[in-house]
Amino acid sequence: MKKIGQQTVPFTNPPVIIAAACIAGPKEGKGPLKDSFDKVLEDIYYGEKTWEKAEQRIFQETMELALEKANLKTGDIDFMLAGDLTNQIIAANFTARSLAIPFIGLYGACSTMYEGLALGSMLIDGGFARYVLVGASSHYATAERQFRFPTEQGVQRAMSAQWTVTGSGAIVLGSEGQGTRITHATVGRVVDFGEGDASDMGAAMAPAAADTLLQHFRDTGRSPGDYDLIATGDLGKYGRQLVIKLTEQQAPALSDRYTDCGVLIFDESQDTHAGGSGCGCSAVVTCGHILDQINQGRIKRFLGVGTGALLSPCSCQQGESIPGIGHAVAMEAG
Amino acid sequence: MKSPDPFERQKKEYKKLVQQVKPKPTVLKNGIMAFLVGGAICAAGQLLTNYFKVQGLATQDAGLATSAVLVFLAAFFTGLGIYDEIAKYAGAGTIVPITGFANSMVAPAMEFRSEGMVFGVGARLFTIAGPVLVFGIVSAWLAGLVAYIISR
Repeated sequence: MKKIGQQTVPFTNPPVIIAAACIAGPKEGKGPLKDSFDKVLEDIYYGEKTWEKAEQRIFQETMELALEKANLKTGDIDFMLAGDLTNQIIAANFTARSLAIPFIGLYGACSTMYEGLALGSMLIDGGFARYVLVGASSHYATAERQFRFPTEQGVQRAMSAQWTVTGSGAIVLGSEGQGTRITHATVGRVVDFGEGDASDMGAAMAPAAADTLLQHFRDTGRSPGDYDLIATGDLGKYGRQLVIKLTEQQAPALSDRYTDCGVLIFDESQDTHAGGSGCGCSAVVTCGHILDQINQGRIKRFLGVGTGALLSPCSCQQGESIPGIGHAVAMEAG
Repeated sequence: MKSPDPFERQKKEYKKLVQQVKPKPTVLKNGIMAFLVGGAICAAGQLLTNYFKVQGLATQDAGLATSAVLVFLAAFFTGLGIYDEIAKYAGAGTIVPITGFANSMVAPAMEFRSEGMVFGVGARLFTIAGPVLVFGIVSAWLAGLVAYIISR
């Protein structure tokens, strides 16, 4: 068996990230990472009649762009692993309809990109696939209307609230080739410390992220110092602080190399309150900024933890707390 | 029997930690903004009422005309995407006046237009305003009942 420790899989033949692509929305395109996106949308309708159609189009174009960069055709890809935040993951399903690649739909809330990378790497290292296409997307308006209020509703958002990123990221994994490699995946368990505030998702997900991080270090025998950068998916400003507090005894070195994609994607002047969130948050930051940093040689080893809040509007209204999950993927410069 | 929660102590400690980290709502600033904007909307309403009275409407009719104008303006600015931008700063100042009620109906109507007129707009129009109406009317009944009993 390849698994080590409780939850980690080290890859014997680490899958290669052959190509990555990301498309981001207009607000994200005004943020500090604007130069790392392959394309920035002018408006969130993207020429479509509905936001759902816009998200599907963004998703599909991102996937096609990744294939184009990898110089591959849809027929070359063995499996497509993708998901998003809309009900019944229609953005991913409809993209899969167009691309017609054997498709495994995923729902890991905002952790989907990392869930896909972990599974895709296992498919490749297990010898079941040569090429796997992984993708995830979110859209501010499709997520808002589903999980919260109509977008034009005059509400005052909490200071701890985050802003759902409009954007989509895609990665082509291959069994061989040049590029950044995925060396380990630590599959997270669902952790719930009883937080139920839907406008403070960072607090709901932080225990799961901390749990996966500590488990990754235990399973691999590594410590935070072995990584040049560690990033969680979308905990935001306050969720990041909570992870630091939760891990300070067992992994004190974490704080000086640890950031969060939700913190990176917007700056203070954009008034998002606690930062970005959504599948698209970790997807566009990883596929853009972070892979750029690795490819430019600024980072050698990276540990990313895709974080997801596993709630539904129904579970929240019924007074349930919000369970969280975190999937960790370690990358190394090729 | 329900088994005891193994994470009970952890959960309690975590709750404390979250309270330390969680940003406090800016109550004073929000209060002042709500007072100013809400007050401005009400003052505008008063100006309109006075104007309609000067134009010869009876007090009650002037009130109705004022409501109609305020509701129209709120709906208009919701449609332009401005109302929620003001509400972001004004909070209750834009929610409590009748303009907030208009906003809470126009916003879902716009949003769910994509699901069609019947199951989109028709079914969702009252998602926010519905509960306000239900509890508003029920409280009016109760208040009326109390007033009736006292007055006997």
